[in-house]
Amino acid sequence: MSAQPPSTGTPAGPDRGRLLLAVLLGGGFLALVLLLAWGVSQSDRPDRESLPSPLIGRPAPEFSLPVLHDASYSVGTAELQGQPYLLNVWGSWCPGCQVEHPVLARYAETKAIRVVGYNWKDEPEDALRWLEQFGNPYWVVVADYEGGTAIEWGIYGAPETFLVDAEGIVRWKHVGPLSDDIIDTVVAPMVEGMRTGG
Amino acid sequence: MNACRIPALLALLLAAVLATALWPAPATAQAVRNVQPLEFHDRAEEQRFHALTLELRCVMCQNQSLADSDAPIAHDLRREVFNLMREGRSDAEIKAFLVDRYGEFVLYRPQFGGSTLVLWLGPAFVLLAGAIVVIVVVRRRAAGNRAALDPVDDGQEW
Amino acid sequence: MLPEIGQAALLLALVFAVLQGFAGLAGAARGREDLAAVTRTAALAQFVLVLVAYVLLTLAFVVQDFSVMYVTDNSNSLLPLIYRYTAVWGAHEGSLLLWALMLAVWNAAVAVLSGRIPWSFRARALGVIGLVAVGFLSFMVFTSNPFERLLPAALEGHDLNPLLQDPGMIIHPPLLYIGYIGFVVPFAFAIAALLEGAIDARWLRWSRPWTNVAWGFLTLGIAMGSWWAYYELGWGGWWFWDPVENASFMPWLAGAALIHSQAVTEKRGSFNSWTMLLAIAAFSLSLLGAFLVRSGVLTSVHSFAADPARGLFILAFLGVVIGGALLVYVLRAPRLAQGKPFAAWSRETLLLVNNLLLASACAMVLLGTLYPLIADALDLGKVSVGPPYFGTLFLVLMAPLVFLVPFGPLTRWQQEQGSKPLAMLAPWLGLAVLLGLLAWFKAPQGALKTGFGVAGAAWVALGTLRFVWTRLRAKGRSFTPEMFGMVLGHLGIAVFVTGAMLVEAQNVLREVPMVPGETQEIGRYAFRFDGVERVPGPNYMADRGHVQVFRDDRPLVLLHPEKRAYASGGQVMTDAGIHAGVRADIFVALGEPLGGDAWAVRLHIKPFVRWIWAGALLMALGGFITAADRRFRLPLKEAR
Repeated sequence: MSAQPPSTGTPAGPDRGRLLLAVLLGGGFLALVLLLAWGVSQSDRPDRESLPSPLIGRPAPEFSLPVLHDASYSVGTAELQGQPYLLNVWGSWCPGCQVEHPVLARYAETKAIRVVGYNWKDEPEDALRWLEQFGNPYWVVVADYEGGTAIEWGIYGAPETFLVDAEGIVRWKHVGPLSDDIIDTVVAPMVEGMRTGG
Repeated sequence: MNACRIPALLALLLAAVLATALWPAPATAQAVRNVQPLEFHDRAEEQRFHALTLELRCVMCQNQSLADSDAPIAHDLRREVFNLMREGRSDAEIKAFLVDRYGEFVLYRPQFGGSTLVLWLGPAFVLLAGAIVVIVVVRRRAAGNRAALDPVDDGQEW
Repeated sequence: MLPEIGQAALLLALVFAVLQGFAGLAGAARGREDLAAVTRTAALAQFVLVLVAYVLLTLAFVVQDFSVMYVTDNSNSLLPLIYRYTAVWGAHEGSLLLWALMLAVWNAAVAVLSGRIPWSFRARALGVIGLVAVGFLSFMVFTSNPFERLLPAALEGHDLNPLLQDPGMIIHPPLLYIGYIGFVVPFAFAIAALLEGAIDARWLRWSRPWTNVAWGFLTLGIAMGSWWAYYELGWGGWWFWDPVENASFMPWLAGAALIHSQAVTEKRGSFNSWTMLLAIAAFSLSLLGAFLVRSGVLTSVHSFAADPARGLFILAFLGVVIGGALLVYVLRAPRLAQGKPFAAWSRETLLLVNNLLLASACAMVLLGTLYPLIADALDLGKVSVGPPYFGTLFLVLMAPLVFLVPFGPLTRWQQEQGSKPLAMLAPWLGLAVLLGLLAWFKAPQGALKTGFGVAGAAWVALGTLRFVWTRLRAKGRSFTPEMFGMVLGHLGIAVFVTGAMLVEAQNVLREVPMVPGETQEIGRYAFRFDGVERVPGPNYMADRGHVQVFRDDRPLVLLHPEKRAYASGGQVMTDAGIHAGVRADIFVALGEPLGGDAWAVRLHIKPFVRWIWAGALLMALGGFITAADRRFRLPLKEAR
């Protein structure tokens, strides 16, 4: 055991220092816990990992892709301009697309908006077979076999859905399968707004 | 197929196993993939490509760089980066191209400025604050205690 | 039947943990030595009970009892026997049981091996460990029961994730957990010291060996994880600054600072409060790591299944333990600066700077890991923080540390004439710089990193050997285990720096399409692709490639990279063919089939990559040997 050395510093010094330390430690720790609690509360949201699209509020990328059913025709921004449309990215290899199919079909039937199918990285025969098997809800299906145009849209997986207004501005993007809830609470009102707003 | 997310599938994955980066489709159906390796003019180009793709994030995967990932979108994006390099674009332009389409998330090196200032300067601040504390402590110990120091001992205990 | 016994064992263990916590803390507070003595029994009982639970879960896996949900989720009738043993810790619940077992082992060890420590201190320390055990055991019992039944029993399991069906899985988690949890001991000792109102540094003598052993195991665990990722994941990386990796690295950094700080406090009496704070920090970071991995808060390939309820439970536990510890610290830490005074130039100051740099690095890793979450919470968008951030800043912070390392052992305690260590080391610094310049000029690529890497590593190695020489020539020539451990640890740094810097600077990767018979040349090496054949495995179907490697036109090795499709999930895994060497690894992996006989093949040359893990091994060994120093086991009256 060592003998106590003479104390260093004035009596007031250590106490102020102690208070400062307490505030720093306590405050920092509290901030950390609050941050982590927030993180936990968010952790089971299905869209936890979906990326917000930088395209929102900007014009949709210029594109022109062959139509799946007849490659001699092409459809793109020029053809789609003038009326809003829903662009739905899908592939026959994508299980999530099967899940959202009935939801999409139901909404397409209301004819509230043109639903354009964007067949991504798919063999044409597989895509056609899939549509035959599950039904074709789309106003038209364009095919992006290589994936170059998809990069322009910031597409990174399927299913993804974009809402583009009559001027060609991207207004909304959803990553993951659509649900009736999303259609009813988000998509349909926005489409209504576009119709009445002109 | 790792290009798809559905809540049910996700729940199955998460509930059953450790998430994994390599998550290709079952043997039945696969997205079209262009897996032909890229051909570089020379070593310099290859190294530049490698360095650049290490700084970019695979947007689909659970935390993998564009260089390392096997996801279809990663193959596509690597090819895109390669084409942009061949077009003569600089590293900064290529990064801007991807950020324009996918957001800042695609950069593994956060941009310097605005909200990320705290991130980049924070450690420097911590170091500085700590250094000040160290200096204060050392000064206090050294000052006014010369008399109390033990005699210097060459055979000092380790 | 047996799973229910396992469940009961865990519940009983929880009861004993509560008892241990209460008896330890209350007994010491009231001066009741008889009550405090209960802690020993409680600790041993917990060990037996948790071991029983663990054995029963293992048994369920080995006999493939698919009526236990955890077994069904993580194994399969085709799973080879050895992996049935390791599948126990393959997912959340089981790994938590492994965690609890390691805690029980440390707990029992402290209870049994602390005979020389005064009873009240020991009781308080065991009390704290008991409370920690309460947290983990109740977490298991109430939210993550590994023995939960699946009724009716499944006919077949889902399978253990193929990435985990590997020898690396056998050693990495256990080693890692022993280290992670081991920090509970210095934590408990620090709290006990605070509660005792101890104003001296006795507790360090008891705490040091435990801390060094825990840190050594953590070093091994992390190194094993890195080695495993290297050969298992198929693209040859050894560290990714992934959130889960960072979660284990932060306690390591804090632990490294702690072992140095404890040395100062034990020998000189100074920095008692700092050491206590570091001890609290190291274990807090371990708990934080456990939380990050299991809560789904961060995105990682590595994390366990996310569940907000579990996340909140651990967070609450974290809050109570760390918050409580910090409260005790703020209220009771020694107010006056203690210990022998020291001058500005002294070993004390150097170690203070050492700890400052390590703590800053730890803070940097914490900031970078949490920043995406912070940005998301503050609505600043989705940001990625990856290797370019961590790697750059880590180098910047560690460079001054690497520079200072050789000065430490040669600088006296308390007061040093500034010029003396510099005079001893100057020639070696010059030599190191020279070697660095040589490497810079000779490097075919990555010259800057190569030069600095070689210079830094040579400097640390030469400086450390200079100390060895000084010590051997000194009167008495006494070379204690502590010194030996230190030398090994610092040499380990040199070896590690060599490997890390050189592999990053000099590694070569080439991805090329190859047809059978085609040869590709990289430097001295040539690779001949001899085609791919289909080979069945126990629970997978593999495409097995044959690549003949030549060095200097002479055959070196035949490698067999594989692509395996696992039967149960259809998951495809890349298994690289690796030839390990002291000077470089050859690493070959199959890409995708290109039609016909052609395949995309990835060829890597990785110079000095083994030195990374060799360096870590040396550091761990250094930690263990230091802990073995007899000095720590001598009764206090004799020492000093």
